[in-house]
Amino acid sequence: MSYVIDVRSLTKIYNGKVKAVDDISFSVKEGEVFGFLGPNGAGKSTTIKMLTTLLRPTSGTALVCGFDIVREQNSVRRVVGVVHQEYTADEDLTGYENIMLIADLYGIPREVSKQRALELLKLVDLEAAAHRKVETYSGGMRRRLELACGLVNHPKVLFLDEPTLGLDVQTRAAVWGYIKKLKEELGITIFMTTHYLEEADSLCDRIAIIDKGKIVKIGTPDELKASLGGDVIELEVDRVVEGVDGIIKGIPNVLEVKELGNGRYRIKAKSGEEVAPLVIEAIRTRGFKVKRISITKPSLDEVYLEYTGRSLREEEADKEQLFAQRATLRRARMQ
Amino acid sequence: MSETELTTSVLHGLWALTNRELKKWYKEPVILLLSLIQPVVWLGLYGKSLNFGALFTQGSFNIPGLDIPKSVLDQIALEIMSNTFGTTDYFSFLAVGMLSFVALFTAMFSGMSIVWDRRFGFLDKILTTPVPRGSIVMAKVLSSTIRALLQSAIVLVIAVLLGMDVSKFTVLGVAGTFVALFLMVFGLSSIFVMLALRSTNWQSQMAIMNLLNLPLLFASNALFPAKYMPTWLQYVVKVNPISYATDIGRQLLLGSPGLNTLAFDFAYLAAFAVVFSTIGILLSWHYLTQ
Repeated sequence: MSYVIDVRSLTKIYNGKVKAVDDISFSVKEGEVFGFLGPNGAGKSTTIKMLTTLLRPTSGTALVCGFDIVREQNSVRRVVGVVHQEYTADEDLTGYENIMLIADLYGIPREVSKQRALELLKLVDLEAAAHRKVETYSGGMRRRLELACGLVNHPKVLFLDEPTLGLDVQTRAAVWGYIKKLKEELGITIFMTTHYLEEADSLCDRIAIIDKGKIVKIGTPDELKASLGGDVIELEVDRVVEGVDGIIKGIPNVLEVKELGNGRYRIKAKSGEEVAPLVIEAIRTRGFKVKRISITKPSLDEVYLEYTGRSLREEEADKEQLFAQRATLRRARMQ
Repeated sequence: MSETELTTSVLHGLWALTNRELKKWYKEPVILLLSLIQPVVWLGLYGKSLNFGALFTQGSFNIPGLDIPKSVLDQIALEIMSNTFGTTDYFSFLAVGMLSFVALFTAMFSGMSIVWDRRFGFLDKILTTPVPRGSIVMAKVLSSTIRALLQSAIVLVIAVLLGMDVSKFTVLGVAGTFVALFLMVFGLSSIFVMLALRSTNWQSQMAIMNLLNLPLLFASNALFPAKYMPTWLQYVVKVNPISYATDIGRQLLLGSPGLNTLAFDFAYLAAFAVVFSTIGILLSWHYLTQ
């Protein structure tokens, strides 16, 4: 078996009419960080809920570590770890007690779980706060505790639903650090959802862009960006003359040249770093000077725009989701 | 996994979840204290204010033109009390009813915590673990049953301190009363957890509780003997499990004549507990996964 997650025509229809997930199929390789990128309501959380046995698919199925998510739910539950979007830890218990509770639910013997709880608290740097009630934790600490709880059963696959929702930039970077550590040190396969482009770009080996319940594009971040047709070079020449675009068009790997006026040009090219020096060289040999030049790599934002026809925006979530998110955000802000 | 290992792991998860609920209670001295004050206030205020016995014994009760000696009047009063309440002391009669009443109130809150667990995502978290779905429901029922029995025990102690008649108390009688309360709360908690299984809205849960609590209490023999109630109400009293637990308590603690035989009372409560906890477990399989 080469795939850790193998999804086949997975579909979820709510109340017989709302198609939340519409016939999606994809596979996740062992040790990979696979990201689902899309706005709220695109079907990301619904997919995670089906893969972690919280929701029954309307049709289609998936294999997680070879177990069927519909017919072998308990086997799936044993091999996966889940970190939910919300802060789900029990606030009235300490961090250590929370981890021990989850360990008990997996039926891990106490002599094993006591040791493991300490290891996990150390992994996420919560040793000092281990015996404090979770209600005193900051947003970043709570997120780390959630991570630790998701690892209690030493899962083969870890599902992360919006792992940095509501965190400030610094804390977000710290959480990214832990996720990278899990992948590199423990080799855990990670399936995550996000609506932050930077997050998908910096963490994921492969990304699936999901929109209105359908996967519109799958690939590595670089592949996705390359699929847009290359980098953008912007350039300003010291004199306004005819024929500059002709010179540039003759350079290999240049795809498109557009004159912007006042001696400025926008060039679309494959591997812009290599094309730019050639452009400068070509212009110099004709007796002109390049006043200014810039190379822009396409961002995932542009990729997203290209494939979904709109930029990534917040969609209106339902009431329950909003409540949960507000609660999460409120607690995230508590320092 | 062998069968014994499987059983241990089921109990492991069940106890872990039950203990989680209890911890919230016993680790918070303020909440613990407040939950104990409520029954004391009820017992003290209600039990002592409705002093039925004093109607006859303390007033200048007499019939004009007839000079009935006070001792005869007192004798008549005692007979009436004994006939009505099965004991000459209304406070003792009520104290037993209070045991059931306090247990009922605690059972009602068993549904609330499942609503909160759902709202904060904790329920989803435990649902992704292999813990049996039935354990999740049973942990709620079990923790509220334990709390209810502890509160009832405290109410009993306080009732005795406030003057409840202890002349008929036996160890077996007290134990039997608590077995009856256990069965009653177990069944009632199952009902309230069941009502909360699909709910994400704590307001509607509160509304259900408020709708049921006082009617359940008044439509039982906890506060007043059922035999003086209108016939239609007596039918309600006859299905209300609170009546059965109270009937057992009065027979065992006060030596009052019962409405039914003890065996019938116990059988009814046992059936009630088994039926509703089974339905609760069956529904949890169905409703906790969508």
